[in-house]
Amino acid sequence: MITATVGIALLAAGLVFIFLAAFGVARFPDAFQRMHASTKAGGIGATLVILGVLVATGFARPLTGILTIGFMLLTLSVASQLLARAAYMSGATIHELNGRDDLLGVLDREKAPLEERSVSAESDRS
Amino acid sequence: MIHPIVGTAATVLLALLAVPFGLAAYRMIAGPGYADRFVALDMLTSIAVVCAALTALATGRAEYLDIALVIALINFVATCAFAAFLERKGGRR
Repeated sequence: MITATVGIALLAAGLVFIFLAAFGVARFPDAFQRMHASTKAGGIGATLVILGVLVATGFARPLTGILTIGFMLLTLSVASQLLARAAYMSGATIHELNGRDDLLGVLDREKAPLEERSVSAESDRS
Repeated sequence: MIHPIVGTAATVLLALLAVPFGLAAYRMIAGPGYADRFVALDMLTSIAVVCAALTALATGRAEYLDIALVIALINFVATCAFAAFLERKGGRR
């Protein structure tokens, strides 16, 4: 009974984080802020849910669950760093940047986002 | 040895998971740029991991945890591939 209670509490906490992440992804104005919501809250939420499943099943498959948690904690940060770097270099819009852009001159950055450039390239070709 | 109330709770939480799924799918469809869509895809795969883990509880089959692990593995490779695509298309040729 105690494992069931703790497991359900962990599941509910994970779901709350997933909800926050999804609201952030839907409501924030630009790709970098959306990434900020989805990576942190989404990663924590998924980790908590898997931990809750492990506890609630009485550690039925400990190795799979612990591998999943460890792998997600290791790779989500790396993947989001790669995606953020690629988004910055491809010229994704930054909403209301106050002050200076610290990455200016460190990374190459395109003038316009990829979707606008690909549209203009197609119109040039025709 | 799973307590019956856990299965019920997992089913309810699975139904609730439709809300974040819908929000992320909205961003996937509407999102103005490629970067927004890739972020939404990342979020959708996180939701898929959670969905697989909750299904393990709702059905009582622990095998669904393996599916969660594999989705998490694929998520990393897919995000890296999309980041490489965005960076190469975005950088100078």
